[in-house]
Parts: sequence; structure tokens; C-alpha cells
Amino acid sequence: MNPDELDQIAEDERAASSEFEHRVNVCVAAGCISCQSQSVKDAIDKEIVQRGWQKKCQSKGVGCMGLCAEGPLVSTGNGTMYQHVTAADAGAILDGVEGNTSGRLICRTDVPFFQRQKKIVLENSGVVDPERIEDYIGSTGYSALVRALTEMTPSEVVQEVVKSGLRGRGGAGYPTGLKWSTVAKAVGNQKYVICNADEGDPGAFMDRSVLESDPHRVIEGMLIGAYAVGTSEGYIYVRAEYPLAIKRLRTAIRQAERIGVLGTSICGTRFSFRIELRLGAGAFVCGEETALIASVEGKRGTPRPRPPYPAQAGLFGEPTLINNVETYANIPPIIRNGGDWFAKIGTEKSKGTKVFALAGRVMNTGLVEVPMGITLREIVFEIGGGIPDGRAFKAVQTGGPSGGCLPSQYLDMPVDYESLAKAGSIMGSGGMIVMDDSSCMVDVAKYFMDFCMTESCGKCVPCRVGTYQMNDLLAKIVARTAEPPDVALLEELCDLLRNTSLCGLGQSAPNPVLSTLRYFAEEYKAHVEEKRCPAGVCGREAAEEVR
Amino acid sequence: MITDFSKPTAPSLDKRWRLVDATMRRLGNQSRGLIETLHTVQETFGYLDEEALRYVAVSLRVPLSRAYGVATFYHFFTLKPAGKHTCVVCMGTACYIKGAPQLLSAVQNELNIKPGETTQDGNVSLLTARCLGSCGLAPAVVYDHEVAGKVKTQELRDQMTKWARP
Repeated sequence: MNPDELDQIAEDERAASSEFEHRVNVCVAAGCISCQSQSVKDAIDKEIVQRGWQKKCQSKGVGCMGLCAEGPLVSTGNGTMYQHVTAADAGAILDGVEGNTSGRLICRTDVPFFQRQKKIVLENSGVVDPERIEDYIGSTGYSALVRALTEMTPSEVVQEVVKSGLRGRGGAGYPTGLKWSTVAKAVGNQKYVICNADEGDPGAFMDRSVLESDPHRVIEGMLIGAYAVGTSEGYIYVRAEYPLAIKRLRTAIRQAERIGVLGTSICGTRFSFRIELRLGAGAFVCGEETALIASVEGKRGTPRPRPPYPAQAGLFGEPTLINNVETYANIPPIIRNGGDWFAKIGTEKSKGTKVFALAGRVMNTGLVEVPMGITLREIVFEIGGGIPDGRAFKAVQTGGPSGGCLPSQYLDMPVDYESLAKAGSIMGSGGMIVMDDSSCMVDVAKYFMDFCMTESCGKCVPCRVGTYQMNDLLAKIVARTAEPPDVALLEELCDLLRNTSLCGLGQSAPNPVLSTLRYFAEEYKAHVEEKRCPAGVCGREAAEEVR
Repeated sequence: MITDFSKPTAPSLDKRWRLVDATMRRLGNQSRGLIETLHTVQETFGYLDEEALRYVAVSLRVPLSRAYGVATFYHFFTLKPAGKHTCVVCMGTACYIKGAPQLLSAVQNELNIKPGETTQDGNVSLLTARCLGSCGLAPAVVYDHEVAGKVKTQELRDQMTKWARP
């Protein structure tokens, strides 16, 4: 594999694509597939054959288009998007590419949901076919790798990432460039690169979507990282709960090996790299880096104290570079366009964009990518389209079980790592759940504590016992049998867990409780003193119908 | 100190053990391949029983306690055979606030079992998931590996009735 061959593939691909007069893209990411988008794609293919349009109209399956709630989504070459498409609509879609657009199915793309986004990580999602490497190469894929390998030294690559100001997208926001340079400087027999795709936060599906829509992007990011730190072996640790992402990653790795961007002497240089997949087995704590490393080694996923950090002693005791899916996905555009270009986007301390999984009580649920520094109000009310059924906004939950619930007075706060931390939440991996007045915040706090209790690995006492006790206390409050001292004890335990737990799971487990105590104290008071639930959730007839 | 390095024989002549052997061989028969091997066992046999755990532990030269520890630590592994059908109710945050608890209690009443259990006739297993990542379609339920979005209580009941029919 050399750069000229890659150029040739890209050119061939673009030439082949430009021969078609019309294009139809059907979303085949997990969200739309569960709304039967595969049958839509099959019906469109059949219709094309029936009309004899094989040379005129190209149809392909593409990644996520973002608006998951309105799926299955179909977009055409003339920029029209269709929602809630069924197999029976294939004819109408093909009529549409010729100009006779059917109004019934049209999904408007001039709305803020599409206009206010800025796509860097997701630029290929909904455009390229995730199961064909040629399509990715055709849209400038692997050109960043070629540039890094042929024009830059490993330390220049690290410098570029430092300059970009990129911070870890897994949640903690550690500067990526700093991490890369630490691993590059570390001495070891065999370094490793790991991609953390163990997206355990309930309510977050960004990583899954990136892996399903653009797996080659992540592989390219890992390749550049491996070149920068000087290693030849990489692992992707992906949740077993994401079968489609695993399937597409396997395909992508196989294709990359066939074409020669993975393997030995890549691009005619002495750089070699291979990637192996490791499946998680449903343990939230494995999102923590040391626990993840233990799991890759085939052990129970329990964390260990840091330092030493994985950058010094990680997988099999060797220096290990471990980053999140979204972080790696940001690397190719940084190398392609330069670190300065990336640093212009976002705020002073938080650069670039962030992908959020917008869900819960909001009109437009789905995947959005926005520049850092945008306000919560813009995300929830403009992009998200506000709260359905005329209900009132109550809170937005970011960061999953490690994050907090932010009330309406924070709606105008810019979204960046520091502001969110100051308000008592965290950026997290990007789950954003909107809640309206039908949610009880004590119940929500109990939900997250129950999650942390179940997911605690049991290694350190504060987390193992503390989450259990806190869950019991919250259960008492929810059952409205608690007394004021119970709330005081709850607060005391929050402090204890935060300061004495071994890893991030225990240290951040009190966040949902603390943030709800801080902003929704009156709800706790109503449960404890007046023995009632203002939202009417607690003690509600459990058999109530979901309509 | 283990001095016997000969390969142990599979518990039975069942051809599925060859798949398990292949996974172990691919990972160099080393202890680091434990989780991957257990995945293969679960994929081919449906669950992990004591026989399988013993065989994998001996083959990879890890103590049985460690194999059992790993198998019980991770939620994905199950030590009991699943029912003919599985119904997984997603309990992710988005599903939770959109009514997953009500769905769960409806199906519990319908089948008379708790999450993690299988009906007496071995027909349906009820499970809960932490998050399926289908939050855009909340509340979500998986019927036999097919994700259904925006589920309503009545749909869930209809599905259970459909499965109950012989």
C-alpha cells in the first residue's frame, strides 16, 4: 500500500459515483434498523431494478443522520430528506429524485436541528457507506494517515494534537496532546493503543453511532495515535451489547487489512499496526481506564489505584495510550486541517465540538454535534425543539450516573468542561436527558444510585457499602417514610464517597444526589416532611399504562 | 506449579467445543483470552455451566475460581440456560423517564416472573438492560434480538400472548 494507490482508489470511487445522476441514501444505523430501514433499502433497490435505473440512480446504506426518533430516514442527492419511510414508499422516493417530491414524508432540513449543528466527528455519518472502505477513502478518508506518515515525524503529530487543544471526550476532559506526549516519552518494550468503546452510561449512544456510521474514522485515529506514540499493537474494547457496531468494526478491520492501511509497512514506511477487538461483557466500571485494561487482560474489571497511570504502566504493565472513540474520531480532521483550525472552534479552554445524545422529554431525540460553548437552551429548545405535550422544562441531566441534573436557571450557561463542573455536573461522555415536570427528581436520584450500587465492582469499601446505604436512604425517601435525619446522613455519605472511593465510579456516584439536593431541595422536603411526591411519581400505581 | 502442558480433552464429543477450542487457539491458549473464550462458549451453548467453566479454566491454565469470578462479575454472562424467547426491557435513563418501569411491571404481572427469571415452562426469559443505546426510540424493548422502539403496554402484552401460544 502506498499513497498513490490510495489516491487511485479515491479517484476511482469518486468517478464511479459521479456517473450516477441520482443518489438515494438510506440510514442503516441501529436506530433506523430497528424501525425496519433494511426493508426500505431492499425495496428501493428492487424499485431501481424494476425501473431499469441501475446506471442512473445509486442507492446505498449510510450511517446515522441524527434524527433517530423520526426514522427510518432517507436522503436523496438533491438534498431532500424523508422521515418515517416504509418499504411501500420506495416508489414515492424515486419519484422524488426526479422532482415530484411527495410532501407527506418530507423531513424539513431548514430547521435548527440541522442548521445549528457543526459536524466534525459526524461529518461522514449519513454520507458514507460504513461497510465499504472505498467510500470512506473517496471522501478524503485515510488522507490524514498518509499525511502523518509521509510528511510528519511522530513528535510533530503530537505537537499538532497539543496545538489543537483537544481534550478527552470520554468525560474527564484530560488534554489529549499531553497524554500522547507522555506515552510517546515513556519507555517500554511494547506499547499499546486502546480505544475505549465501552459506552456504559445509560442514555448515551454517541460512540455506538460513530462506530456504526464511520468505523474507519476511529481506526484512522488509532493509527495516527499509534504512529505518534510508537507502537504496533492496538485494541478496541467494545460493548458486547452493540452487535451491529461489532459487526461493522470487524468488517472495517478486515477491509483495512486487505487494502493495506492496517498490517506491516503501511504506506511504504516501517510503521506497522494491527488492531484486535475485545468484547466487553456488561460492566459499567470497565469504562474506567484501569478496569478496562484489567478486562482486556482477561480479568475481572476492577480498577486499581493511580498512579502509575496507564501512560506509564498500563496493559500488561507497558505504557498504554487509552482514548475514547470520539477522541480518536477527532484526530483525522485535526491532522488534515491542522491544530490551529481546530483550536478556532469552541471556547478558550474547551476546543472543538461535542456530540450529544439528546433524549428524554424533548421533541427531537437523536444525535447532535455542536460547538463547545453553545448554551443548554440552544440545545434543548432550538435544536431539540423544546418539550412535547405543552409540559414545562424541569431539568437536563448530563454525564449519566456520574453527572448531575441542571435546573432551568442554568439554561443559559455555556456548555464546556469547566462550566458544567462548576454547576455540579460533568460533561461526561455526552448523554443529555431532558426531563419535564412529570419526572420526580428524588426518583431520578434513586434511579442513578441504584445503578451505581449494582455496578459497583466491590473492590473498595466506601463505594461497595456506601452506594448500598445511600440507595436504602433514597428508597426510604421515595417511599415517604424517611425523617429529616436521613437526609442529613445522605449528605454525609455523599461527602464520604466522593473523597474516599478508589475510582471515578464511587467518587462521582454522589453527583446526581448532590445536584438534586442542591437544586430541588423542595422536592426532598415534600417527600420527607409532607410525605407527598409533587410530581406524583413515587408510589404511583406501577401498572399504569404506557401509551 | 502446573507441569502438565498437554491439552485437556473436551467434555463431550459435541462439535461446538471445536469453536471454543478455535477461540482459545487464536488467543494463544493464554489466560488473557478468558473473557473472549467465555463469550464464545455463551454464543455457542447459550450459557456457561460448570462443565464449560472447568474445561476453559483447565485449558487456559487459570484457577477455576478465577473463571467463575469472571463469569459472575460480568452481567453479560449467564450461568443458567435462557428460555425459548427472551424479552429484554431497557432500563436506560431515557427509557426510565418514558415509562420503562411501568412496562416492566406489566410484563412481570403477565408472566408472573421477576427480571432474570424464566417462566416455568421454559418459554420466556425476562431480562433488563442497562441501556441499549436506542434512546431516540425510548422506551425500547428487545424481543428475541429485535429491538422495538416506542413500546406501549398493550403491544408488550400482545407479544407475550403471541409467544404463549404453542
